[in-house]
Amino acid sequence: MELSGGEIVIQCLKDEGVEYLFGYPGGAVLHLYDAIFHQDDVKHILVRHEQAATHAADAYARATGKAGVVLVTSGPGATNAVTGIATAYMDSIPMVVISGQVPTAVIGSDAFQEVDMIGITRPCVKHNFLVKDISDIAETMKKAFYVATTGRPGPVVVDIPKDITDPNIKIPYHYPDSISMRSYNPSVQGHTGQIKKAVELLLTAKRPVIYSGGGVVIGEASKELTELTRYLNFPITNTLMGLGAYPATDKQFVGMLGMHGTYEANLSMHQSDVILAIGVRFDDRVTGKLAEFCPNAQIIHIDIDPASISKTVKVDIPIVGDVKPVLLQMLALIKQQHKPDAEPLARWWAQINQWRTSKCLEFDRSSTEIKPQRVVEQLYEITKGDAYITSDVGQHQMYASQFYHFDKPRRWINSGGLGTMGFGLPAAIGVKLAFPDADVACITGEASIQMCIQELATALQYNTPIKIINLNNGYMGMVRQWQEFNYESRYSQSYMDTLPDFVKLAESYGHVGIRVERPEDVMPALEKAFAMKDRTVFLDIITDRTENVYPMIETGKGHQEMTLRVAPGTPIDRELA
Amino acid sequence: MRHIISILMENEAGALSRVAGLFSARGYNIESLTVAPTEDTSLSRMTLVTRGNEEIIEQITKQLNKLIDVVKLIDLADISHVERELMLVKVKTTLNNREEIKRLADIFRGKIIDVTNNSYMIEMTGSSEKLDAFVESLNDENIIETVRSGPTSMSRGEHGLHL
Ligand SMILES: Cc1ncc(C[n+]2csc(CCOP(=O)(O)OP(=O)(O)O)c2C)c(N)n1
Ligand SMILES: [Mg+2]
Repeated sequence: MELSGGEIVIQCLKDEGVEYLFGYPGGAVLHLYDAIFHQDDVKHILVRHEQAATHAADAYARATGKAGVVLVTSGPGATNAVTGIATAYMDSIPMVVISGQVPTAVIGSDAFQEVDMIGITRPCVKHNFLVKDISDIAETMKKAFYVATTGRPGPVVVDIPKDITDPNIKIPYHYPDSISMRSYNPSVQGHTGQIKKAVELLLTAKRPVIYSGGGVVIGEASKELTELTRYLNFPITNTLMGLGAYPATDKQFVGMLGMHGTYEANLSMHQSDVILAIGVRFDDRVTGKLAEFCPNAQIIHIDIDPASISKTVKVDIPIVGDVKPVLLQMLALIKQQHKPDAEPLARWWAQINQWRTSKCLEFDRSSTEIKPQRVVEQLYEITKGDAYITSDVGQHQMYASQFYHFDKPRRWINSGGLGTMGFGLPAAIGVKLAFPDADVACITGEASIQMCIQELATALQYNTPIKIINLNNGYMGMVRQWQEFNYESRYSQSYMDTLPDFVKLAESYGHVGIRVERPEDVMPALEKAFAMKDRTVFLDIITDRTENVYPMIETGKGHQEMTLRVAPGTPIDRELA
Repeated sequence: MRHIISILMENEAGALSRVAGLFSARGYNIESLTVAPTEDTSLSRMTLVTRGNEEIIEQITKQLNKLIDVVKLIDLADISHVERELMLVKVKTTLNNREEIKRLADIFRGKIIDVTNNSYMIEMTGSSEKLDAFVESLNDENIIETVRSGPTSMSRGEHGLHL
C-alpha cells in the first residue's frame, strides 16, 4: 500500500485504534485534513479553540486510560495547545499531540505561522519528535504512543512539517506492531527485598496510614489497593488526583488530605508512625510545611518514577515499580504472615474517630442562600454517586472533591497539578464522547467557565449532552478567599462586574439554561436537568458569595495547624467589597 | 560537592537542549559541559560537571535518566576515574619573557603550537586544577585569550560506559 505522508499519519491513528481525534485545522495541516476527509474510522472532533482540543483529549484519556489524540496547526494553533499539554504533563496523562509545522525548507526563517514547537513544549512533554522524513512517520507515531502510554505516562508532541505530508509523494506504508527503544525501558519490577522490608514495617505499625494518589488510578491498581487496605484495616487517605481509587463511602476512608483535606486525614498523617505512600508525589499542596511533615513517620513509597521518590520528602523504604504488581506482591507476602496487632490499631482508630467528630466539612445548612457544598451533595444524590464529574479550578473544585464521594477510579476528572481554569467544559465533552450513556457533569465557577465557554458549540455539534453546574458566587472565589485571609479582604480584581446572562448564553448556543436562586429550587432544577437525557443543560446556580472552603492549611503551615470553620455550622459573614 | 556525570545519549538534534533545559528549569548549576559523537555515530557522549549536595545530585541523575534520549549515565565522583581538560592559551611575548614562558609551558607539559613575533599559542591538557595553576603562573597582563574544553573523564579499569 502506497500512501502520502498525510495519509500515513491518519492510517497510523487507525492502526493504533484511535477513536477520536480532537483538532482544529490550519495551513500547515491541510494535507492531513484532506486525508481525514477521505475516511471515517477516526472521528474528528472540531473544537472551537485548540486549548479545548487538548483538554477534551486529556479527559478522554483520564476516563478511559487510552491515549488522547490532538491535531493542531503550526504557530498559533500549536501555542494554543500548550496550556493543555502542560495540564496533561503535570497529571501524567497519556496524550499524543500532532502539530503541523512550516515546510522543512523554511524552518528557522521566521516563516508565516512558524514557532519552535519542539523548543516551546520541551519542558512540558514527556518527549517530543520532529519528523524530518516521510519514511520516519510510521515509526515515530508508534514511538509517540509507546512513550505516552507506558511507564509514567505523559503527553508526547509530534511536530510534522507540511512538506512531509505532501499528497504527491507516496511511499509504502507499514505500521510496526511493537517497538523498543534502547534509551527507554519503562517496565520496572519492584525490588523483592524492598517489598519484604516494607511488609515487615507495615505489620509492626501502630499508627499506620495509607496515602495514595493518581498513580493508583493510572496504574489500574484500585482493586489491589482496596484489598490491601481492607485486609490490614488501615486508615486510608487519597490525594486530589487519587480520589476514587479507594471507595470514598468506605468506613476506612478518612477523606482527602492536604490544603483542603479533612482534619482526620491530615492529623492521621501528622501523628502516624508508618506511612504507605502509593503513586503520589508529595506535592506541596499535600505536605504543607515540609519541615513539619509527618515528624514521627517511617515512609514507604511505591512509585513507577524513581525521580518522584525522595524528591521533596526523604523516604525510608523506596520501591520503584509499577504499583499493581508491587501491591499484589505485598498482598501475597502479608497473607503469609499474621495480621498486625489488633490492639494498637484499635486505639489508633479510636483516635481517628475522635478527630472525625470535629465534622470539619460541615457548613451552615439552615442558610437562606444556596450553599455550594449542598449543591454538590444534591448532585451526588441525584446521580447516585455514579456520574463522571469534571471540574474547573477554584472553590467549586474543592467542594466537588469534598462532597462528591467517588467510589470508582477515573470518575473524577480535574486539573490537579497545573490547576488550569477552562479545563472543565471541554473535559466533559471528551468524557461524554467516551461514555455516551453515562451521566457527565461539569462543576464549574462563573470565572472558569468563561475560559472555554465557546465549547458549548462543540457540545451541540457532536451531541454530547452534559450538565454544567455553574456554582456562581460572582467572584473568583478561591482568589477572594485568599484575599480575605491574607490581604485583609482587599478584593483586588477578583470580582467581575459584567457577567453574561448564562441562561441566554446557553440558549444561544442551542442548549437549555436554568437559573437557580433559592436553596429549595436546586433539587428540582437538577432533576429537570438530568431528566433531559439528550440535552446539554447549563444550571446557573447563584451561591453564597461569602462562602469559604474549609478546613484549610494555610501556606507555610503544617498538617497539625489546620484552620477549621470557627464553630462547625457557623457562617462567617464578612462584608464583601 | 563537585560531580562529573558522564552521559551516553542518542545523537539526535535537540538532545543537548533537553539536558541544558532540564538544568535551567530545575535550577541546577552546570559548571561545564562538553559533548561530541562517539565511535558509534548514533550516540553522543556528554561530560557534565555540576555541584550540589547528595540529594540534589540524586535528583539530577534521576531526572537525566528520565530523559528519553539518555541511554545511560554514570556519576564518576562515585568511582576512581581519570579527568582531562584541554586548554589553549595565547600569550603576548617579548624578547625578555619568551624563554621564561617556554620554560613554564615545559614544566606543565604544555606545547607551543603557534608562534609569531610577539605571541605564543600554548596547548595543554590535564586536570582542571593543573590548568588553573598554569594560568595563575602566567602574568595576567600577558594573556591575550584562553579557551578550555571543560573536563572529560572516564572511569579507571576494564569497565566503561557503553551499550
Ligand atoms: C488559567 C488560570 N488563570 C488563573 C488561575 C488562578 N485562579 C485559581 S482559582 C481562580 C478563581 C476561579 O474562580 P471561579 O471559576 O469563579 O471559581 P470559584 O473559586 O469562585 O469557585 C483563579 C483566578 C488559574 N488557576 N488558572
Ligand atoms: Mg466564582
